[in-house]
Amino acid sequence: MTLDAVVTACNWEPVLVPDPMAEVSGAYVSDLLSDVMAHCPDGAVLITVQNHTNSVAVCTLVGAPAIVIVHNRDIPEDMQAAAVREGIALLRTPDDQFHAALMIGKALGSGEGES
Amino acid sequence: MSASGSQASVEPRDERPALGETGNDPLVLLELIQRLKVRDVMTSDLVTLPRAASMQQAQELMRQKKISGVPVEENGRFFGLVSIDDIIRALVAGTIHESCGRHMTTKLVVLEDDMPLSFALRYFDRYHYGRFPVLNRDRRLVGIICQRDINRALLVELTRELHRLENDSVRQGGDGVASSLYLLREFPICKYDFENAGKAANQIKQVLQEKKFPPKVIRRIAVAAYELEINLCVHSDGGVLSWQVSNGRAEVIARDAGPGIEDVEWACRDGTSTANEWIRSLGFGAGMGLVNVRRVSDEFEITSKKGSGTTVKSVIYLEGMPS
Repeated sequence: MTLDAVVTACNWEPVLVPDPMAEVSGAYVSDLLSDVMAHCPDGAVLITVQNHTNSVAVCTLVGAPAIVIVHNRDIPEDMQAAAVREGIALLRTPDDQFHAALMIGKALGSGEGES
Repeated sequence: MSASGSQASVEPRDERPALGETGNDPLVLLELIQRLKVRDVMTSDLVTLPRAASMQQAQELMRQKKISGVPVEENGRFFGLVSIDDIIRALVAGTIHESCGRHMTTKLVVLEDDMPLSFALRYFDRYHYGRFPVLNRDRRLVGIICQRDINRALLVELTRELHRLENDSVRQGGDGVASSLYLLREFPICKYDFENAGKAANQIKQVLQEKKFPPKVIRRIAVAAYELEINLCVHSDGGVLSWQVSNGRAEVIARDAGPGIEDVEWACRDGTSTANEWIRSLGFGAGMGLVNVRRVSDEFEITSKKGSGTTVKSVIYLEGMPS
């Protein structure tokens, strides 16, 4: 499913989407960056509270195309700049991690908007 | 008086042939010393004076340019050199207002510009002078050489040689990449510099992607590098992350000079960490870092001593087990 379709299906705020056609194959929920590095699959979006540049760095390393920041937390400018540099999308939702994961699970499970 | 400065004329010269036989030869430095000519190393942008200039002018010029000797020449013809010794003698004798032509040193050892650098090194060793004027075949002054010029030139040449070896590796990429590749990088990491944490790992990833390593191997190397980078950032007083790829293996090494780990075995256990709340709030310090590094490594070593430094080494095989 394309990132663009995921964003629409989940009704997430597209703060920054450098590549709307990036392929999304799943999601990973974690606030521990070492855990993300250890277990986040390639192509999964990261759902997290970690709204800083290191999340971008970790996503770059594991091949995660997007970060979903939960609880509508602020996204600092330096994080946005890092995301632009690395081509990582930044999305935001008022939901918590559980509900954000439910949303994308539903979207990917139904194949809605699949390209 | 001609132009100023004592900048060495040792810019990299790409037209110069590469060291054909060096490869991984440890004698590369000796070959460089043989191959380079004095003209490749000398300072050619010279500060000079005519014979009629006063010793006081020479003194002032040496002070301004922070140099310890001024060649005396006219239209390329070399007459002598005014050194600090000559200036001191002139000051003592009250002849500082007299001409350089009268008080300069004229009995000089000179080098020729097409001599090999090894020759210049022997001269420095034999005569213990701080510098030698350099003449060309027509006996015209073309430069001056001091030991600093030689150091600088050798560093530049060694860097070129390293780049050449890396470029050769790129050209050989695609088949049997890992066994022939040689890369080496070092990154200084400062304590609590989270803004820059991850840059080294990211660069490693980019370089290996360019060289078409398998994505799974790249991820393992990048994870080891990132975790060690974060560890240096969080737990050390600052250190260096280095990585190298050679002989079919990638090595990522984190070295710091303190404060050291009291119980290494404990520190390597899953979930154990000494990180404070602030570090934990950033998503680090969950005690998974070293565990992650060990998990992605084919070989893993850690040595540490409380009060001194820690070294962590992660080795990842690039094409199965090395022979």
